[in-house]
Amino acid sequence: MTGKQPFGAVVAAHGGTVLRVCRAILGPADADDAWSETFLAAMKAYPDLPADANVEAWLVTIAHRKAIDVTRAAARRAIPVAEIPGDECPDDGAAADGGQRPLDGGLADALARLPARQKQAVAYHYLAGLPYKDVAAILGGSPEAVRRAAADGIAKLRRAASARERSAR
Amino acid sequence: MNTQNPARAASADRPGRAAGAAQGLARAFPVAPGELDALRGQLAAAARRDGILDIAYRTIDSPVGSLLLAATEQGLIRVAYASEGHDAVLQALADRISPRVLHAPARLDAAARELGEYFAGRRHRFDVPLDLRLAAGFRRIVLSHLPEIGYGHTATYATVAQLAGHPRASRAVGTACATNPLPVVVPCHRVIRADGSLGGYVGGPAAKRTLLTLEAS
Repeated sequence: MTGKQPFGAVVAAHGGTVLRVCRAILGPADADDAWSETFLAAMKAYPDLPADANVEAWLVTIAHRKAIDVTRAAARRAIPVAEIPGDECPDDGAAADGGQRPLDGGLADALARLPARQKQAVAYHYLAGLPYKDVAAILGGSPEAVRRAAADGIAKLRRAASARERSAR
Repeated sequence: MNTQNPARAASADRPGRAAGAAQGLARAFPVAPGELDALRGQLAAAARRDGILDIAYRTIDSPVGSLLLAATEQGLIRVAYASEGHDAVLQALADRISPRVLHAPARLDAAARELGEYFAGRRHRFDVPLDLRLAAGFRRIVLSHLPEIGYGHTATYATVAQLAGHPRASRAVGTACATNPLPVVVPCHRVIRADGSLGGYVGGPAAKRTLLTLEAS
């Protein structure tokens, strides 16, 4: 009788996807923390997870909550200051990636600018591959509403990509 | 502009659009293997700190092939030959002990060092704490007597049966050796047949011969 996989196999199978989701939701700076918190919490709860549970949906649900925690903690830490134009380094993402700027770096930036719900719907459906029913269970609302949010998000990403192509010509 | 633009690739027919968007997004968030290794290492350390690392494991290379080492907080619980299937052994540990199983070499440092010394001929007995819970009843009694057969010596199944207090149980001794969860460290390889032939071994006869040759030199 074979029961649940060793947790190490869960990390091997889903670690990359969860890291992508954390980066999509939080950006590269906070993604590692969210990933670590997610898998530590998941490992604590793992013995009680039903053997037939959808492990990926479960992990993304935990990652979703941890991302909210990380965002709130960052907001508490933030000290309001007058905005200084040009203060943010535009190559911030590339530096955090160890200089390996992805071909689709513009896409990551465009995703970061989406409203939270669209960004989450796009990340959980397209990056994590969860069906809209599972995404709706995480975000609340109906699967149809989540599908619309994801479609709106993808449409904005396409418009941003077209704009980038035009400016590149 | 590169021709692999996800937005352009995604503007084909409907299933293609979804697949293109998924591929483009995956490319937009690349994950290098080294990045995940670092995070997994941090996870193992955090799990150990929080007391939820029920089973830590690593593998070592040895003259008898790759060996899987697994330990609970109590001690070394499993040594497994490649022929046993390391993934199957980890699954069995998850089923019997706990599914909180992680690759976490630190807990196995002492065991790996002692095994390295043993295979180099510099160590004749093991000092790491053992967790014998995978062996119960008479099998466990047999295992507890095996270290009495000294390095470089052998004993017959019947002799071990006597040591274990059941002189006529040599078949059960054979079973205990065949299911030894800690081969090499608990020296079931030193138990041979009365006619001098090697008998069976959990790691195969070649591994048994290698260990006995090592200890004889």
